[in-house]
Amino acid sequence: MTFQHALKTTALAGCLSIVAFSSALSADTTVNGSGASFPFPLYAKWAKDFSRQNKDVRVQYQAVGSGAGIRAFIAETVDFAASDAAMNDDEISKVPTEKGVVLLPMTAGEVVLSYNLPGNPELKLPRDVLIDIFSGKLDSWQDERIAKANPEIDLPDDEITVVRRSDSSGTTYVFTGHLAAASETFKQEVGHGKSVNWPKSFVGAPKNDGVAAMIKQTPGAIGYIEYGYAEATRQPMATLQNKAGEFVKPGEKSGTAALASAEFPSTDLPGYAGTPDLRVWVNDPAGKEAYPIATFTWMLFYQHQDEEKAKLLRDFVEYGLNQGQKDAPKMGYIPLPDNVKAKVERALKLVGGEQ
Amino acid sequence: MASNPFAHVVTKVCGPPSAADYGADKLLRAVVWGAAAVILLLVTYIVFELGRQAFPAMLSFGPEFLYSTTWDVQAKQFGILPEIWGTLYSSLLALLLGGVLGVAIAIFLTQDFLDHRVSNVFRTIVEMLAAIPSVVYGLWGIYVLIPLIRPGANWLHDSLGWFPFFGTSLSGPGMAPAALVLAVMILPTVAAISVDAFKRVPYKVKEAAYGMGTTRWEAILKVMLPSASSGILAALVLGFGRALGETMALAMLIGNSNQISLSLFAPANTLASLLASSFPEAGPIEVQALMYAALALLAITLLVNVFGLWIMKAATRKFEGR
Repeated sequence: MTFQHALKTTALAGCLSIVAFSSALSADTTVNGSGASFPFPLYAKWAKDFSRQNKDVRVQYQAVGSGAGIRAFIAETVDFAASDAAMNDDEISKVPTEKGVVLLPMTAGEVVLSYNLPGNPELKLPRDVLIDIFSGKLDSWQDERIAKANPEIDLPDDEITVVRRSDSSGTTYVFTGHLAAASETFKQEVGHGKSVNWPKSFVGAPKNDGVAAMIKQTPGAIGYIEYGYAEATRQPMATLQNKAGEFVKPGEKSGTAALASAEFPSTDLPGYAGTPDLRVWVNDPAGKEAYPIATFTWMLFYQHQDEEKAKLLRDFVEYGLNQGQKDAPKMGYIPLPDNVKAKVERALKLVGGEQ
Repeated sequence: MASNPFAHVVTKVCGPPSAADYGADKLLRAVVWGAAAVILLLVTYIVFELGRQAFPAMLSFGPEFLYSTTWDVQAKQFGILPEIWGTLYSSLLALLLGGVLGVAIAIFLTQDFLDHRVSNVFRTIVEMLAAIPSVVYGLWGIYVLIPLIRPGANWLHDSLGWFPFFGTSLSGPGMAPAALVLAVMILPTVAAISVDAFKRVPYKVKEAAYGMGTTRWEAILKVMLPSASSGILAALVLGFGRALGETMALAMLIGNSNQISLSLFAPANTLASLLASSFPEAGPIEVQALMYAALALLAITLLVNVFGLWIMKAATRKFEGR
């Protein structure tokens, strides 16, 4: 018995060491990235498929959050990073100039409003109601504006329990960006950022899954989560009223319509002449078919690094821009519009070797 | 057979200690001293490092940090009074529930209510509660406990809403589910150490009590409980310490809302939960503020422990005459 056991252990150890050896032999170039958790499922799929197609390379991506990704990028502990809030001018100035920065939008997503109402009806939320709920001024489902927009729903007399992210997050940044653009009072009272001064009666839950679970478990709750996450877990999603006054459902088509209105700044990235500034926000798209809360998400690269790594990173981005975009809609992301793709292709040339 | 079969033993026992003996002794002494020193150095280093990173925040926010109530990263306003309140309130509630229950379990397991073998099985089960990961408690709280207590809580609010403890309705997460889960989490600590405390009381003490004609309950309440009081208090202090620092389950259950409310059903926040949820994405100034908050949590834990030790000493003097 013990002999058999020993034999099994040896065999297992042997197998493991062979696996370890073969991977060490074949993957001779590895690039590491870390950052935003929102695009993680998509980036992880790209990394897996890309590494499978190219036998001697490996791309690793860790979802540690946008803020942590930017910190790691500034500290030069990664080869690339990802962030839902891009980088602000202050953060860009902290990256050593001999490394250089280039920010590339890689995919896009939407933020949806999920809720817990009896029978999971399709809820329509007028613009002013959304603002009032998230400013803490409206706490009853019996409000007549909600009733007017949803005549077919029998609204409960529960209080509205607002669930927000308790951790600082890119999702909050995008969501409050929309509300702040739509309402000056919201901007003054609550603010726009990765974590903001929410009214004190709101309930905070960690991460997308925490918010989703909390909504599911609390009658009368409403909260904001990523579209991809809501789609994967089949949470009900509210139809929102956009700037043009139309009620629009979240989805690939309405998201693409929102992104089409994005106008990239014509200036260069601060401190880097010749590097296009690809940071743009569509906080309140004007299009009739546009879903109001959509955003790009970025990958951050150095302009100067080991030539071998630079080539690998360029190939990886190239893969993500072409084959990779086909994965996006299936996984709840919005593919990049063609004009944006062209801009990224051009900027990608800046990811290069040593100076 | 002239040789002495005990020769090797005799030399070992009677001979003077060899150089190797001295060496081994010195080595052991060094290892033990080293281990003790490492602990001290580690604690000092942690306090120093926290203090160093919190220092800029301490300079810019001052003592106001400890008694203001806003945590607004955009406006660079930081205050942790709601978190301090939530930490102490949730831990005290948990101590009240978990403490009473834990000591009751200890009495049940040690005072001959059960057959020896059954009580051992029982004790193992209680101790197994300590092996359940915090996040599982959190999920259990969200999916089982909150729906379970919601009807009762809302009935209390509807009929006794004037009473400050029931001042709000329970929508989802809040102080009550958090404190209940926390009570279950500290239960194994309190129960296991209290069991040991009861077992340490010499059997003669109980026999003497029975000999004086006490009933079983008189013996337990008037003799056994005071005799074991120092150990039980130690159990409570440890349980309270655990409750103060518990993070994940509370981050999931307490609602993370920066308000101070007496109501058991209102969402609140704790220091550990604030640290856990804000650290990953915090910017440089927020990190300093969080370090300051961590230092405050450390200070609270330290004060509670010192206070607990002091009570324990007083109890020992009063009840055990030492």
